[in-house]
Amino acid sequence: MQHTFVAYVEDKPGVLTRVASLFRRLNINISSVTVGGSERPNISRMTLVADAPPAAGHRIMASLYKLENVIQVDDVGRFSSVSRELALIKVATTPKTRSHIFELANVFRARVVDLAPGSLMIEITGSESKIEGLLQVLNENEDRVLEISRTGRMVMRRGHHTSRVLEALGDVESQNGAASLPTGEALPEEDEIGDYTNESGLPHQKT
Amino acid sequence: MSNVDRKARLTGAEIIWATLEGEGVREVFGYPGGAILPAYDALRKFPIRHILVRHEQSAAHMADGYARASGRVGVAVATSGPGATNMVTGIATAMLDSIPIVCITGQVGSKVLGTDAFQEVDITGITLPVTKHNYVVTHAEDIAPVLRDAFRVANSGRPGPVLVDITKDAQQATAEFDFAAAASEKLRDHPMLSVSEQGIAEAAELISTAKRPLILAGHGIIHSGAMSQVRALAERAQIPVACTLLGLGSFPASHKLNLGMMGMHGESWVNHSIQEADLLIACGMRFDDRVTGSLATYAPKAKKIHIDIDPSEINKNVAVQVSLMGDLATVLDQLLPRIRTRDAAAWLHSIDQMKGDAAVRDIKNLPDNGHLYAAHVINDLWHATSGDALITTDVGQHQMWEAQYYKHEQPRTLITSGGLGTMGFALPAAIGAKIACPSKEVWAIAGDGGFQMTCPELATIVQEKLDINIAIINNGYLGMIRQWQETFYEKNYECSPIFSPDFVKLAEAFGIRAAAVTTRAEVMSAVETARSHKGPFLINFMVEQEDTVYPMIVPGAALHEMIRRPSSNPLIETASDV
Repeated sequence: MQHTFVAYVEDKPGVLTRVASLFRRLNINISSVTVGGSERPNISRMTLVADAPPAAGHRIMASLYKLENVIQVDDVGRFSSVSRELALIKVATTPKTRSHIFELANVFRARVVDLAPGSLMIEITGSESKIEGLLQVLNENEDRVLEISRTGRMVMRRGHHTSRVLEALGDVESQNGAASLPTGEALPEEDEIGDYTNESGLPHQKT
Repeated sequence: MSNVDRKARLTGAEIIWATLEGEGVREVFGYPGGAILPAYDALRKFPIRHILVRHEQSAAHMADGYARASGRVGVAVATSGPGATNMVTGIATAMLDSIPIVCITGQVGSKVLGTDAFQEVDITGITLPVTKHNYVVTHAEDIAPVLRDAFRVANSGRPGPVLVDITKDAQQATAEFDFAAAASEKLRDHPMLSVSEQGIAEAAELISTAKRPLILAGHGIIHSGAMSQVRALAERAQIPVACTLLGLGSFPASHKLNLGMMGMHGESWVNHSIQEADLLIACGMRFDDRVTGSLATYAPKAKKIHIDIDPSEINKNVAVQVSLMGDLATVLDQLLPRIRTRDAAAWLHSIDQMKGDAAVRDIKNLPDNGHLYAAHVINDLWHATSGDALITTDVGQHQMWEAQYYKHEQPRTLITSGGLGTMGFALPAAIGAKIACPSKEVWAIAGDGGFQMTCPELATIVQEKLDINIAIINNGYLGMIRQWQETFYEKNYECSPIFSPDFVKLAEAFGIRAAAVTTRAEVMSAVETARSHKGPFLINFMVEQEDTVYPMIVPGAALHEMIRRPSSNPLIETASDV
């Protein structure tokens, strides 16, 4: 089963190693990890995606909390959430194929961010399945895709149950993912296309 | 002059010792070297005793033994590079047994970090998986806050080793020292700790309705100081107690409810009780493979209550019905008012039945056949010391015989490498324990193999004038290896016979009095000579060479499927035939 964790960690040297090493020790492959800034100063936010048996979720979370640099962990896969990934895709073009690729990009609400003789670069944001969808049609012509760079998944729970709110409420249980599903508003996914199932198995709420 | 209340501008080196002094440290175990020399230069200004070791692995083991004997954080110091890497085994030993130690290593100057400078090694990278946490310090002003945080981490929650790597320039620079202001800001518990009212109620209900309950007493009882609570639980509800290796001493051995040690070399009735139990109350133990045998067949009839301070241990090896994640003493304080007295005569009687003919097979009742068996030595040592000595052991056969035949009444009287199973642990751990508890009678028990791994520490004993007694259980083999080769490898004793020097002469070369014992008749008098001698004493017990620890559960076998001693050899078997 695919587990998705969001972890708030201290923005210090070596923290990524500690988190990664924990998964390594458990012999669990991290399928994607994204790290960047968060709403708190000097605190980074990580989204970790890993395949592991269902029961491993508790142990992974409990082990993450044993790391001194980890401040908060949320097993977001168990909640209604928004999941996004960004990809840059460089595609080989000829004067003949260029406009066709523009059309494909448009259908997927992707943007062309670089245009050069012989190639162009597409930026696409969305769920993994949407990016897979674009890649699938681009790959119909085998030699067309030259480079792909994907960020991996970033996830945020829906509704107002932000980490800061939970912390202020002292609501440790739902921070830890033990509470029932929060009732976030069902916001439309403006740029969704293709498969509407997110990785946690919960359906996206679409308009 | 106390530096604790002093605010002053100090060098980083001085700040190290001032912070240690503030944390209550009076003794450290270490070995100097280039990158830690600034710290050693400043040491004389502080009221801290430094015990010079002969190998940095031993420094970590001594800090470990110190911590296990006293409950206080042990401190080891080493230089960069080889000094630091030598400590790794000692750190891992402390990690596996959850022992609070702080290891301080010197590091090359921050300007040359990462350049493969002389004696540079990435010790925080190396020790990352075997420390609870570790730090690199490159600025003098960070030393006090980091060291104070290290003490907090080492000694809070589930304890463990912490390493602080301090660059040479950080030791040489100066900074304002303010001990109070350097207090750790993070005072967090593991956020998933949870002892719900519902959990307590469910546990109480399970205990009150159980017909065949059993307490599994682990090391966490000693860490938590929950001995009286566990005893109260056992006595009030008449629940028998089985101990893990590291749990020995957490419940008095002579108590009528104490069954003894469980697991691979536990007595048969203990393991049979676990398999027959309908409720296991696991107190500060982690269902290690050495105590469960095959998980598929482990305690099949029992519901399980698991009380532990580490949430990552819950449901790790054994699925439990009730988990109480918190400090054991606190949890039991909540639980005890719900526990009613109950009649357990039938269950206790059936456990008695499981003992079968153990009494007649017991070592004490066997005729002397002229051989000297390790179990005899341990049992006699127990008698001679009235069970009141502090014992350290290595790993292997002698360790298991110690666990079987030395009856520990008090916590912190058995110090042994359980999780990592580190040879060479006993001697340095005994030194640490003796430093922590100078008035305690301390015996290091080691095999002839393990003793040779750290025997240079005999010099440390002499230099520090320590009154430690050493018992070498000398069978000419790496005994447990030989036993496994006998059992699993068709007696192919490949590389397990081991030559030893004349340990008596060796001890004398260090200036330590020593004696060799070859017959049972000599055991008591040698032990008494050692005990009455002021100063260290070594006894080389030349025991039966091909002796085997029984009962034994083959790795992967069910807990009740133990290998029994052949009945034609009626020696030290204490298990029954049930």
